[in-house]
Amino acid sequence: MPTESSVGSLEVAELRAGYGKTLILDGVSFAVPAGGRLALLGRNGVGKSTTLATLVGQTTRHGGSIRLDGVELGGLSSSARAAAGLGYVPQTRDVFKSLTVEENLVTGLKGRPRSALEEAYALFPRLGERRRNGGGELSGGEQQMLSVARALLGKPTVLLLDEPLEGLAPVICDLLMDALSKLDMTIVLVEQQVDRALDFADRVVFLDRGRVVHAGPAHQAKADAALLERHLGVALAA
Amino acid sequence: MTTMADHSAPETTTPGNTLMTTRRGIDWIGIPVVAAVGLAAYWLLPDDLGLLTRILSSALFVLSLDLVLGYGGIATLGQAAMFGAGAYAAGIAAVNWVADPFALLAVGGVAGGLVALATGALILHARGLTLLMLTIAVAQIVQEVANKARDWTGGSDGLSGIEPAPVLGMFRFDMYGRTSYLFALAVLVVALVVARRIVRSPFGLACRGVKEDPLRVSAIGGSPKLYLVALYGVAGVFAGVAGGLTAVTSGIVGLDSVGFSWSAEALVMLVLGGTGRLYGAVIGTAAFMGIHHILAASDPFHWMAFIGLFLIGIVLFLPGGIASGVERLVGLVRGKEDRA
Repeated sequence: MPTESSVGSLEVAELRAGYGKTLILDGVSFAVPAGGRLALLGRNGVGKSTTLATLVGQTTRHGGSIRLDGVELGGLSSSARAAAGLGYVPQTRDVFKSLTVEENLVTGLKGRPRSALEEAYALFPRLGERRRNGGGELSGGEQQMLSVARALLGKPTVLLLDEPLEGLAPVICDLLMDALSKLDMTIVLVEQQVDRALDFADRVVFLDRGRVVHAGPAHQAKADAALLERHLGVALAA
Repeated sequence: MTTMADHSAPETTTPGNTLMTTRRGIDWIGIPVVAAVGLAAYWLLPDDLGLLTRILSSALFVLSLDLVLGYGGIATLGQAAMFGAGAYAAGIAAVNWVADPFALLAVGGVAGGLVALATGALILHARGLTLLMLTIAVAQIVQEVANKARDWTGGSDGLSGIEPAPVLGMFRFDMYGRTSYLFALAVLVVALVVARRIVRSPFGLACRGVKEDPLRVSAIGGSPKLYLVALYGVAGVFAGVAGGLTAVTSGIVGLDSVGFSWSAEALVMLVLGGTGRLYGAVIGTAAFMGIHHILAASDPFHWMAFIGLFLIGIVLFLPGGIASGVERLVGLVRGKEDRA
């Protein structure tokens, strides 16, 4: 049986998917080793969020495979994929607004005892202070912390993060990235803040029109202004 | 590492938080208040114990509807199927096999739960109007089965001859309805306690999550359909116990206990009281049946019009039901106290 640090290798091969008959991803392939961190970058509308949504089974898959530690997930339901080890924090922050912070966290326990909530409060002490507040009463940053913490309580082996920093103040971004950097698990990050994403990740995959157009080490991509300009249309500040 | 002491820090107060805290506070004291008001009514209205007993058993039925609608978002007009199944099962058991009132409630609960699980597994893939139609169809089928099985159910004549044994072997069901009332009150209070535990359990919270957004629940590893079928089954047990309670306390079960109008009336009672609160079911039932009792005595032909006007008023001015008005009032008082 693999140890915790050796699980979480994700292989995506020739993934074709979209919404109904509309094809968004046209043969996306990448691999993340156990414990690796991958940044999935690209301009708006190239299929980054669709890739993550497809990994967790929330789109229509037309072909290709998704393997987690060698096990094919492609035919499984969304809940079965989560049970298999995929944790997902979507762009919409995914907080149940009618539940309190604590109740939101309880929904992510997956049979673990309530004492496991302390892990979430240790990672984000702010959630401990706000645990009796309603999910809809939190700031954007707090909602993001809650969404991440709830996903982590399910003990995923791979965490998929879709633009976790969107709309957050720089200080909250620092706080969140600091917490994420302490996690010992495989992470796939979709993020518009390119510099933060490249600092965080080991490897980077650039998407364009539903295809992978570049894959390589993140630090090399960060140093290659022409590459960033070509695939993102931006240049990082020196 | 965060310590327990860190978590005892007071929560940030916002207007929304005040409302949520108010709701939770009322939720907590709601059950003792129901018990206290119920006992007070026993002393204050000794001549109306028959009506009060019907209110209590009906409140338990409406509570079952609150579980599915208020906490699971399952739109149904067929909850009477489970109530009727419980009532007939308890009645048939009483006539043929057992007389212990607790055993009869258990029989009713099992029957209601089984009907809910069997039908819920079939119909809960649907949503909205389709689901509403399917729930009505299920109730119609159960009603027709009850009608056709007249050897067991009495058909359109109803099932009579239900004579439960004394409660705990000591308290006989007397002609004044004292035992029936106190028995029904005790059952309702226990049901409220159990329901409160269920809706606050991880299962109950997941069901509330399904009501808000099933896709989110799938993404965190839950199966929305399984949660809904389980909740439907649990609510079926509550409805079945309510049916059994009605059979035990009234001594008769009729086809109207499975009828469409009974499901619809329960929905009206729940909307009046307020969904997703548990005690809203009790408030709504008491309001509906109290108004019915008073108005039907003075104007037996038009009382439903008054109920209709009352319902329109509640929906327009208190969309969360009477319970939400109580919460606002308590919130205002608390706000004034905090400012003082």
